[in-house]
Amino acid sequence: MNRLYAARRRRNQIAMISSLLATAFGLGWLVLVLGALLWEGFSGLSVAVFTEMTPPPGSAGGLLNPIMGSLILTALAVLIGTPLGVLAGTYMAEYGRYDHLTFVVRFINDILLSAPSIVVGLFIYEVLVAPMGHFSGLAGAVALAVIVIPVVVRTTEDMLLLVPNSLREAAVALGLTRAVVIRRVCYRAARAGMLTGVLLAVARISGETAPLLFTALNNQFWSLDLNAPMASLPVVIFQFALSPYADWQKLAWTGALIITFTVLALSIIARVMAAQGKQT
Amino acid sequence: MGDDGFRLLTRLSAITVLVLLGAIILSLISGALPAFREFGLGFLVEERWNPVTEKFGALAPIYGTLVTSFIAMLIAIPVGILIAVFLTELCPMWLRRPIGIAIELLAGIPSIIYGIWGLFVFAPFLQQTLQPFLINTFGEIPVLSSLFAGPPYGIGVLTASLILAIMVLPFVTSISRDVFEAVPTVLKEAAYGIGCTTWEVVRYVVIPYARVGVIGGVMLGLGRALGETMAVTFVIGNAHRISASILAPGTTISATIANEFTEAVGDLYTSALIALGLILFAITFIVLAIARYMLLRIERRVG
Repeated sequence: MNRLYAARRRRNQIAMISSLLATAFGLGWLVLVLGALLWEGFSGLSVAVFTEMTPPPGSAGGLLNPIMGSLILTALAVLIGTPLGVLAGTYMAEYGRYDHLTFVVRFINDILLSAPSIVVGLFIYEVLVAPMGHFSGLAGAVALAVIVIPVVVRTTEDMLLLVPNSLREAAVALGLTRAVVIRRVCYRAARAGMLTGVLLAVARISGETAPLLFTALNNQFWSLDLNAPMASLPVVIFQFALSPYADWQKLAWTGALIITFTVLALSIIARVMAAQGKQT
Repeated sequence: MGDDGFRLLTRLSAITVLVLLGAIILSLISGALPAFREFGLGFLVEERWNPVTEKFGALAPIYGTLVTSFIAMLIAIPVGILIAVFLTELCPMWLRRPIGIAIELLAGIPSIIYGIWGLFVFAPFLQQTLQPFLINTFGEIPVLSSLFAGPPYGIGVLTASLILAIMVLPFVTSISRDVFEAVPTVLKEAAYGIGCTTWEVVRYVVIPYARVGVIGGVMLGLGRALGETMAVTFVIGNAHRISASILAPGTTISATIANEFTEAVGDLYTSALIALGLILFAITFIVLAIARYMLLRIERRVG
């Protein structure tokens, strides 16, 4: 009896210690990756990074054009993707809550949410780049928008579903139409959560590389032309990191540092906002 | 805007999501058609990939995709579940949120960062430590020796799998934790009441109850691993061949597309790459559909 008891206790201890070790293992990677980024990227951080263009191999330069390109592509993608996503989420949570259509859209949307982003790149290549005959910033922005949409649809629907029905009933009782109730009451109540969704989408796309590789491509020079290839930070990192030149690799690390901390800051802000939204 | 107009607008937007998926599938199929017309279904089982003679086969990338994801899940599933156990049963309350968020941040790091880190930091490290160790330890054992054959390149299938495991870990952990937390406290208290140890409660009460949800989380992670592009592209070595050794360089579907698409000359080459994309999409679609179905089932039971 006592031996059985001891064996059970031992097994429990082994399991608990392994769960502790597993957690340390998981957290260890975070420390290792972020540590390497700071170590390799921080020394390259200077004013020149934000004021100069990407250099030819062997000379000094910065990351101004890819940073600008990333900002433009991201902003445009959010501008295209958000209204569509919000409206679709609105239908699912408000008008068609118990519809068959909503059920199907939710299922498909969840699949789009985790679909491989390189496939999105191929899709935009087929429908935009190939017919237009050349790579363009616009195609890159549309590719990113395709990634934004499912994120926004999901959060909009979730957040609108959290709005208590009594609010809607009170507004309808005042004689407002559904459309006004949704826009003036429900959107306002769910605003923080919906904004969180947009932030998460921005965090998601600002590091995306695969869909840009054959849509926006890359551009060595300063260009704001949406009809021409456009540089972006992730693609430049990809190109520079795989190059044999030491200065390019250095710039790649610096770019990686900038992206990572932007993305992590965005997702932490989104989290804090979501937590506050739930409290009120 | 009137009520009917707004209603129609939202409905059309919802339908656009469906159209989007339809358009993705259609465009991939139409792009892949020339390759399938040329090679038939033999495309799926042909290992050769030769842009010069325009003979293409998808077996090596498909094999690489499946093997890297398999090894990644082999590591990520037990570790992810153990972390979830730690977070729900062992961890002091005040530490649960910070540790949970830290693990989820692993999912927030863009995949290109894992790529650059894998190439410059992780691969050289493996080349000097883990890989020689594996070769020396298993080199003499009959079956395992072929698995760990060849020189330690640093980059290769194993390196890609390990990085994928790190990237998938947060998905397994966060969904497992959520479903573990949804297990009714009464069940756990009853088990503790008859004298179960923490591990026995987890093993015989929590995990059986949460099984469907955990499988859903695992499938979701698998979907991510199968389609992951940038991190793998950096460290897999892009070699179109199937080797028994997991230390050897290989390729995956997504890495092949990322590496070769912009350089592909000729319609057949492009089409073969799009056909690879179609295969990848089909595989991930099935995996993700199963994941959603599983998670839907547990949601219904809980709520």
